[in-house]
Amino acid sequence: MIKFLKGNEAVVVGALFAGGEVYFGYPITPASEIAHAASEWFPSVGKAFLQAECETAAISMLYGAACAGQPAITATSGPGMSLMQEGISYLAAAELPGVIVNIMRSGPGLGNIFPEQSDYNQAVKGGGHGNYKCLVLAPGNVQEMCDLTILAFQLSFKYRTPAILLADGLLGQMMESITLPHKVWSVPDTTDWSVQGTARTRGNLITSIFMNAEVQEQRNLLLKAKYATMCPDARCEIYRCEDAEIVVAAYGISSRIARTAVNLLREQSVKVGLFRPITITPFPSQQLSEVSNGRKLLVVEHSDSQFCDDVTLHILKENGRAQIPDLITRLGGVIVTVNEVIAKIKKIAAGE
Amino acid sequence: MNRIKTTGMYELFPRSGCADSRSTHYCAGCGHGIVHKLIAEALAELQIQNETIIFNPVGCSVFGYYYWDAGNISAAHGRSPSAATGIARTLKDRVIICYQGDGDLAAIGLNSTLQAANRGEHIAVIFINNATYGMTGGQMAPTTLGGMKTLTSPFGRDPLTDGYPLHVCELINQLAAPVYIERVSVADTKRIFKARNAVFKALRIQKEGKGYAFVEIIAPCPTSLKLSPLECARFCANEMEAEFPLGCLRDKSDQPIAEAVPHQHVSAEEFFSKPDYDFEILAPVVDHACKESSMRFAGFGGQGVLTLGLWLAGAARIDRRFTTWYPSYGPEQRGGAASCSVVISGHEIGSPAADSLDLFVAMNQVAYQRFVCDVKSGGTVFVDETVPLDKKPPTDVKLVRVPAIKLAAEFDSPQSANTVMLAAIATVGNVTLRRESLLKSLEGSFRKKPGQAAANRDVFIRAEQRLKS
Repeated sequence: MIKFLKGNEAVVVGALFAGGEVYFGYPITPASEIAHAASEWFPSVGKAFLQAECETAAISMLYGAACAGQPAITATSGPGMSLMQEGISYLAAAELPGVIVNIMRSGPGLGNIFPEQSDYNQAVKGGGHGNYKCLVLAPGNVQEMCDLTILAFQLSFKYRTPAILLADGLLGQMMESITLPHKVWSVPDTTDWSVQGTARTRGNLITSIFMNAEVQEQRNLLLKAKYATMCPDARCEIYRCEDAEIVVAAYGISSRIARTAVNLLREQSVKVGLFRPITITPFPSQQLSEVSNGRKLLVVEHSDSQFCDDVTLHILKENGRAQIPDLITRLGGVIVTVNEVIAKIKKIAAGE
Repeated sequence: MNRIKTTGMYELFPRSGCADSRSTHYCAGCGHGIVHKLIAEALAELQIQNETIIFNPVGCSVFGYYYWDAGNISAAHGRSPSAATGIARTLKDRVIICYQGDGDLAAIGLNSTLQAANRGEHIAVIFINNATYGMTGGQMAPTTLGGMKTLTSPFGRDPLTDGYPLHVCELINQLAAPVYIERVSVADTKRIFKARNAVFKALRIQKEGKGYAFVEIIAPCPTSLKLSPLECARFCANEMEAEFPLGCLRDKSDQPIAEAVPHQHVSAEEFFSKPDYDFEILAPVVDHACKESSMRFAGFGGQGVLTLGLWLAGAARIDRRFTTWYPSYGPEQRGGAASCSVVISGHEIGSPAADSLDLFVAMNQVAYQRFVCDVKSGGTVFVDETVPLDKKPPTDVKLVRVPAIKLAAEFDSPQSANTVMLAAIATVGNVTLRRESLLKSLEGSFRKKPGQAAANRDVFIRAEQRLKS
């Protein structure tokens, strides 16, 4: 079945094909279509929808459902995501699954409702308190808004840690054809750890308070070791890089603009390719270091070098030497144009 | 040592970090231990330990799970009613208890408390009111009495600057949904017996699936109040009760259960099996001969420019092209400037934000001025006749004036100016889409309103004839 859907709607399709049991959320532009679709589609397939009183409540509801091993999802944007950080830290600390969708808008503060990618650090570096990581998935098209929502649930249950679908207002609002999944994913048994109000789970406890400093340190180290095991699930797309002299690194909407630039430049015989991370945590650092090796690198992003700094760090850690990429960025909801990217790549190609 | 086993509690408390521990972490004279026991006894008497989930708060009772033999969860400060909602909405026939102190429930968590109560969540909230923040050493609580000295009200709580003691039972009693609301005390044996009955009733209401129950319990905290256990019990019975009178504010537990009508539902596979149109749409095919085409449709909200873009995208799908549609509007979404960009291609599309246009439709002056310079050489601009051409299009751009608004009015269908514009595109546009596909897309978009499908088809055909002549 092929449908023409908004990215935001595709998230809800993905959530239901992932076996999502419940949606909790508070409306905010440009993520509201997710709540609109969920409020109709979740009950239509026998699942629960509840409009929370605020994002703090929404993430706490998700926490409660997660404690009982129930696959739950919430969606928001900028200011709402900031409010959810408390709950995300608790989810990570108590090793609970759950999917949080951030349809990034322009900030800081109230900002505006136009697309930006400026919540990158918040999602990737741990926006709440304490040492923790979330899984971070970055869809690049409407198909992936659906497919990566499913993957977010799967990885979230696999690693028992919250997963963030990091998209932007443009991906959320645009429409594109997608092929629907065939079968609903079966959520794994959680009775070993969840608290479900059953005889089997009566002895289980979910908490994140450890008053003994050594025990709390061990908890931190345990989480760190768990995060290290996520690396094999790193995914990326490497596009027209075989003979490339210049590689553009971009994710989400920036990667779409970069792709058009790459295609147009290839018609003019400019040897340029695209590296697009699909998972940001775990980051495909090995693939990035391989594809950038001996090539010039340009980062396109809609945030102030947040992604570019990470690209630099990943290459440095992987290769042991620094490679500072060129950067194109626009902020505030202004979208980088294809022509701007083309002009920049031509300059780099000319050695300027 | 006498070993008196309390049913509903663990016999030993190894979670406290001491394998053979039999004592609680509470201070002498503290009310928590008494209430813990009342809950534990009710759990055992109602035989509900297997179906019970207890949310432990942030506060002195954060370690309630050392003691209660049931499913236990720690919630963030003040968030228990929200977290409990998360379970109540996904698992039926469970007994869910939120055990909360006055800071947790009435300060940081007051919104969560009131909203959950207002939704009538199926949870029992046990609220320990000891007029102070015990865990953090005795700061002012929302329930601290007027004049009381605490770590953060060293001169005594002044209601004119610190507010008045918060009466939570009375607040919740303003809401329609709760089934049971009562304030009790554990200051002495006589009161403890009443408290025992209240806790039991709140839990029984959960077992019977009747709805939201709220029990406020006045409890002594001798350590923070710097009183002896006996003095503190007297303080609770006298000063606290003078401010917070005991009694049952509501009991509808004998009334029949009000239940929401469940929604008719099907499987996800079945629900999403309905196609977008009455006819089949196949996956796009790669066709490198088809050049990518970028379009923008702009005007006022209500002029149907977003829909016009969707018709083009729909036709592209029918012709098995790749296509994207991206809307852009102000925060108001209605009545302001509206536009959308559509990209149609023979291969996977990169940027959906058309910034170099092959085709541009302007339905008003603002739209024309804003975007006309984005049209590239060889492109086409369709402008409604009413729009003054106060800005020159770039060179090598074809300009087509369309009497869209006028013709729509003439056809007695003033809201169909976008349909006239579609006909104009089909007639003179340099789009590679087939006319039949444009018409099929137009009609298909009204599948739920057959009358409108026919009316718009009529407008399209009449407009075509007029534009050709």
